[in-house]
Amino acid sequence: MGREIVIPGDLLSNDRRKAGEGTYVERGKVYASIYGILDKRDKIRVIPLAGRYIPSPGDVVIGNIIEVGFAFWKVEINSPYEGVLNVTEVNRKIDLNKIDEFLNVGDMIIGRVKKIDPAMRVELTLKGEKFFGKIKDGRVIEIAHTRVPRVIGRGGSMISLLKKETGCSIYVGQNGRIWIKGDENSMDILASAIALIEREAHTIGLTEKVEALIKSEKEKLRGGESATKA
Amino acid sequence: MLQKPERLIVDGKRLDGRAFDELRPVKIVVGPLHRADGSCYIEHGKNKVMAAVYGPREVHPKHLQEVTHAIVRYRYNMAPFSVEDRKRPGPDRRSIEISKVSREALESVILKEYFPRSTIDIFVEILQADAGTRVAALNAASVALADAGIPMKGLVSACSVGKVDDTLVLDLSKEEDNYGQADMPVAIVANTGEIAFLQMDGHMTQEEFRKALEMAIDGCKQIYKLQREALLAKYGGLENE
Repeated sequence: MGREIVIPGDLLSNDRRKAGEGTYVERGKVYASIYGILDKRDKIRVIPLAGRYIPSPGDVVIGNIIEVGFAFWKVEINSPYEGVLNVTEVNRKIDLNKIDEFLNVGDMIIGRVKKIDPAMRVELTLKGEKFFGKIKDGRVIEIAHTRVPRVIGRGGSMISLLKKETGCSIYVGQNGRIWIKGDENSMDILASAIALIEREAHTIGLTEKVEALIKSEKEKLRGGESATKA
Repeated sequence: MLQKPERLIVDGKRLDGRAFDELRPVKIVVGPLHRADGSCYIEHGKNKVMAAVYGPREVHPKHLQEVTHAIVRYRYNMAPFSVEDRKRPGPDRRSIEISKVSREALESVILKEYFPRSTIDIFVEILQADAGTRVAALNAASVALADAGIPMKGLVSACSVGKVDDTLVLDLSKEEDNYGQADMPVAIVANTGEIAFLQMDGHMTQEEFRKALEMAIDGCKQIYKLQREALLAKYGGLENE
């Protein structure tokens, strides 16, 4: 896999059919539109190193309720655009007079982006997955959304490692928020592992580093326990 | 205070010893500010410039937002301590004009259609001024935009050219700017060669203008190389692996 960094305006290809994300086409040629890592497998695309989260349909996101309307909630999703969650997108009957009993300002939800219109009005839904809905326990960690693919890993390798090693359940929102659930100590370890991934996302040998970190944290914990016993 | 030198070119060299087509030393730091989405610090000769980019983010006040594309806001500001005599803080006629023309230069490359109903805010602070602050500011802003991950057609690179003692020189110094005959800041989109920005103050013949533009574009290309190197160096460990 090529790990070449490109900057806006770099000529990437003469074949316009290969243009992917992070590129633009002018006079039949493909140029980079953003600063990032070039990925030439399959299509030519540029993987961003920075930037705000821009929602796209089908994304799982974790959001904050910021407003309760007559039959909808407004949801902040770590993006320039806020999401709208309609009462009809919730998996249960809701009394419109008591809409804030289900979700109120300050609550967090995990759901999916249902659709987006050309003016970037974002519709969310809580239907479709068992774990969608209000977040009642665990923690929500925020990282840069560009690092989300590294937390998941190729084919989900990183996330299964994290789940196996810490015993927590993990739900990753594409908007850079991660909901973790487990006992307090495991969540501490997991949080530091995720922080490490975010910090060193662009380096090689990430999986080994994460494994080592989890191992040493666990050992520290065990040491601490035996100390209190003695 | 600066004294007016008798001559600006002595023995075929400039007062600071540079050749006619030589830039001042430029230092570029990418991403010094952690709370901004993108940032850049540039030292260009004795100029010291900090640029910060925020966005795309929600537009406030709301009535400014556009349904079809993002708006771009650019604030060029000189710190009160950036010049020898204290500058009265706040925007004045000069900085409002520079903000407008610089914004238009950057708008020509930013792919605004990707972010309807949002704003991209660029703040450039001149911490120390020494001739050519508007081009240094543009260079910093364009690197900061790339650092913020904002899609653009290319980087904007800027450089000034001028006439002193009837000679065309690149990248005017303070003395040359104050006592020279003409000053012309130019910005180009380096990969296409398009001119994004051009101003002129003073007098030049048509022939001189053509030559000056050529020199300026050459200077811009040198700046582009430095901008590019700085951006690649931020994730430098990566290329060696």
